[in-house]
Amino acid sequence: MNPCSSDLPGTVGEAMPFLCDGALVTAQATLGGAALALVLAFAAGLAMLSPRRLVRVPARVYMEFFRGTSVIVQMFWIFFALPVLTGYRLAPLAAGILALGLNLGAYGAEVVRGGVLAVPRAQREAAIALNFSPYQRMRYVIMPQALAAMLPPLNNLLIELLKATSLVSAISVGDLIFESKALINSGSDRAVVMVLVMVIYLLYAGLITAVMRLLERRMARMLGREVRPLWPRRRRRSAGGELTVAAGGAR
Amino acid sequence: MKADPKADPTAEPQYMIRFDKVGKRYGDHQVLRDLDFTVRPRERCTLIGPSGSGKTTILRLLMTLERVTSGTIEVDGELLSHMRRGDRLVPADEKHLRRVRRKVGMVFQQFNLFPNMNVLRNITEAPVRVLGRSREEAEQRAMELLEMVGLSGKADAHPGRLSGGQQQRVAIARALAMEPEILLLDEVTSALDPELVAGVQSLLRDIASEGNLTILCVTHEMNFARDISDRVLMFDHGQIVEEGPPEKIFSDPVEQRTRDFLQAVLQT
Repeated sequence: MNPCSSDLPGTVGEAMPFLCDGALVTAQATLGGAALALVLAFAAGLAMLSPRRLVRVPARVYMEFFRGTSVIVQMFWIFFALPVLTGYRLAPLAAGILALGLNLGAYGAEVVRGGVLAVPRAQREAAIALNFSPYQRMRYVIMPQALAAMLPPLNNLLIELLKATSLVSAISVGDLIFESKALINSGSDRAVVMVLVMVIYLLYAGLITAVMRLLERRMARMLGREVRPLWPRRRRRSAGGELTVAAGGAR
Repeated sequence: MKADPKADPTAEPQYMIRFDKVGKRYGDHQVLRDLDFTVRPRERCTLIGPSGSGKTTILRLLMTLERVTSGTIEVDGELLSHMRRGDRLVPADEKHLRRVRRKVGMVFQQFNLFPNMNVLRNITEAPVRVLGRSREEAEQRAMELLEMVGLSGKADAHPGRLSGGQQQRVAIARALAMEPEILLLDEVTSALDPELVAGVQSLLRDIASEGNLTILCVTHEMNFARDISDRVLMFDHGQIVEEGPPEKIFSDPVEQRTRDFLQAVLQT
C-alpha cells in the first residue's frame, strides 16, 4: 500500500500525505547540499594542499570561516541579509542548499585533504619516477587511493548534512520538520508525528549508508583488498577446531 | 640535447651523469658534501658504504625526488637540478624536470607498485599517459617485458596478490617500459625474503649484461655488486672514500675504512 496515502488509519493517515511532501523536500535539500558540498570539498581540499600560498590561503580561510560559524546563521545571512546587500533574492530552498553546501563543504575539505595525505609518500615518488605530470600523479595514482580513505568520513558528513537540512524549516522551506510542526499546530498527535518523522530520517540515513558501503566495497576491490561477502556464510567449526568460512572469502 | 660549450669548456659529452660540488643537507644534517663524480654512458656503478653515507640520497637526487642544497647535477649534458635563465642558474621548474627526468628510471626497495591498478596497468599507464603510446602498443611491449621477467601469466593479477619477488620484477618491467637511459636500483633486494633474492638478482644481471643501460646501484649484497658493476664506489659521510673496479675494491682495498666496512658486511 502507498505509505503516503490518507487512507491509513488514524493520525498516520492524517499526517503521512504532508510528511511525504516534506520528505521529498528534505531529499532535495540533502542531494542539492551534498552535490554542492562535494564540489567545494574537493576544490578547497586540493587547494589547501597546493604548494602556492595564493591558492592555499583562500581555501583555508573559506574552510575556517564556514566550519567555524553555525549553519543557521549562514542560512539567515544568505536568505535575509544578502538580498539587502545585493538586491538579489534566492528562493528559500536554494538559499538553504547554498548554506548547507558551503558549511558541509568546509568540513569535507578537511576530509579530502586528509585522504590525500593518507596515501603513502612512496606512491607519489613512484609516480614521479615514471615522469607523470603533477596533474597525472593526482588523477591516476593518488586520488584513486585517497578516495578509499575518504569514504567512511564522507558517509558521516552526508548523514550530518541530512540532519542539518532540518534547519531550512527556519527560512520557511516546507521540509519534514516544517510539515511536522504544521501538523502538530493543527492538532495532530505530537507523539505519533514525531515517531513518523524519526522513522523517515532513519530510513534516509540507512539509504545513504547503504550507498556509501557499496562504494567502499568497490574501492576496496579496486585496491585488491579482501572484501567480506555482503551476506556472510555461516561459520562452521572444522574437525581441527579452527574457524572456517564456508566460501566466498579469499579467491 | 643542447649542452652549452661556452658555459663549461671542460664539459666532456661522454659523461652520462656528472655531479659537480653537490651538497645536500637535511636541516642540520649534511648528507653530501662537495661531491664530485661522473659516470660514463653505459657504465654500471655500484655504490657501497654504511647506512647514512648518502648513497640513496644520490639516487634520489638523480630521480629528482630531492633537490640539491648546493652544486649542480648534469644528466647527458643537461642540467638536472637547475636550468639556465640568461646567464644565471635557477632551480629547475617542473617542465624542465619532466624533460630531463625522461632519461632516468628507478626501482625502489619497497617496489611501490600502484595498488589501484593491475600488473598490466602498472606497466602501461606511464607509457600511455606520459609517452603518448597507444594502449595496444604499450600492452604489447608490457607483455614482452613480463615475459622477460618471467611473469607473463600475471598480467591481470593485482600487485597485492604477488610475492615480494614477483612485485619487484613487475616494478623492474615498469621502469624499463619507459625506456630510460639510466636505471637507478635502490637496495632492490633488501625487502625480499632470502629465497626470493636470487631470482631478482639474476634478472638484473641479465639486464645489466645487455649493456645498453647506464646503471647506478645501491646494494649491501657484495656478490651482486661484483657481478653487475664496472666500478664500485665506497662512500662514507657523503664522500667517496675509494673507487675502482670490483676485483680491486673487494680483494685489495687501499683504504682502511673500506677494509673495515667490507669485513663487517662479509662476515654476516
